[in-house]
Amino acid sequence: MPKFVSIEEAVKLIPDGATVMFGGFMGCGNAHKFIDALAKSGVKDLTMIGNDASMPGGPMGEEYYGVAKLVHNKQVKKLIATHVGLNPEVATQSMKEGTLEVILVPQGSLAEMIRADGAGLGGVLTPTGVGTIVEDNPLCLGKQTIDGKEYLLMKPVHADFAVIAGAKIDKAGNVWYKGTTSNFNIVMATAADVVIAEAEEVVEVGDIAPEDVRTSGVFVDYVVEGGKY
Amino acid sequence: MDKSEIKGFIAKRVAKELKDGDVVNLGIGLPTLVPNYLPEGVKVTLQSENGIIGTGTVTDENKDPIHVVDAGGSPAAVGYGGCFIDSSTSFGLIRGGHVDATVLGGLEVDEEGSLSNWIIPGKKMPGMGGAMDLLVGAKNVIVAMEHTAKGNPKILKKCKLPYTAVHCITKIITEMAVINVTDKGLELVEYNPEFTVEQIQAATEATLIVSPDLKPMC
Repeated sequence: MPKFVSIEEAVKLIPDGATVMFGGFMGCGNAHKFIDALAKSGVKDLTMIGNDASMPGGPMGEEYYGVAKLVHNKQVKKLIATHVGLNPEVATQSMKEGTLEVILVPQGSLAEMIRADGAGLGGVLTPTGVGTIVEDNPLCLGKQTIDGKEYLLMKPVHADFAVIAGAKIDKAGNVWYKGTTSNFNIVMATAADVVIAEAEEVVEVGDIAPEDVRTSGVFVDYVVEGGKY
Repeated sequence: MDKSEIKGFIAKRVAKELKDGDVVNLGIGLPTLVPNYLPEGVKVTLQSENGIIGTGTVTDENKDPIHVVDAGGSPAAVGYGGCFIDSSTSFGLIRGGHVDATVLGGLEVDEEGSLSNWIIPGKKMPGMGGAMDLLVGAKNVIVAMEHTAKGNPKILKKCKLPYTAVHCITKIITEMAVINVTDKGLELVEYNPEFTVEQIQAATEATLIVSPDLKPMC
């Protein structure tokens, strides 16, 4: 059973230099309240794994949306992502200032590399990236030919912490996602030593029908209640 | 044609490539205009790689930008009969050959059917996002773009920028021409009557093979 803690307590779990994967897609499905607190905590030198670095200018007029706050505060020293074009600070910090290392991975590969780690697999063979500079990526272990078709062997991706978010989480830690917020949250919940899940609303067991649970509570270590965002 | 006319013209021609019932993924920019021009009776299921199969229209009632966005991070909606999926399922759909067509823009394409559109080394590094997976996985890859950039050809003998994917393009549609990618090279199958074949070739670095069935774009 997961522990139910305050956001402040959960943020203290994350030390400087930690590798943290954040579910979300351009901020949608980010654990917003937890990330706000992490941005204020001053924790630094993070390796951040996620689809993207979100963007300045959120849908509710936020100056920086979701994980974009962590990049803006220069709390991230290394970023593994698939697309960073909507957050211009990534290019500034990586290409002009040289303070941020960025490793770009195809989106489908990253999802599957995280899933592979969580599922106990030694890698992913994917046709995506064959013939491109992804072959030189540090997370690419080489090429293999199977039945005449070429594939790249991509490493599993693991993190110290996964920070995920669901609209409803019950007291057994079972997560229900709304709309497109499930994105990377589902695979990330399986691929970290410690999984912290932010709920917009904590509900009783049974309030989420068992067939609507997308992440089982067995994957979740800590639940924080962020409230409606 | 001015810029906005060009985009509409290209999108209209791309729309004719889509068949009723197709599952389609559209890239950002020009490709998002394609649904406006679908022929009568053609309904397609649009997939958004961040997690929607069967997108719908955003209205004041269903708008929920915190929970429902498209692959560009803008507010989106699920349509009648559609569903939400996670990223792993979404890219399984894409790589697994369940997407009939994808329409993307390009910085460069070449006569081997390869495409570059995700990075300009030292200048821009937006990332590949889902483009590499879409190019490898979709059954039909349609590149919809302006024929030249500031007068310079974008259809080259060989791409100079890093590839997004190699040997992946089915068809190139521009404001000047429709070009099929074949084993023999790039085949000019339709031309915009505002241009001659010679003008189209002059705006193209790659050698065009003129189809014996060449016809005007419409």
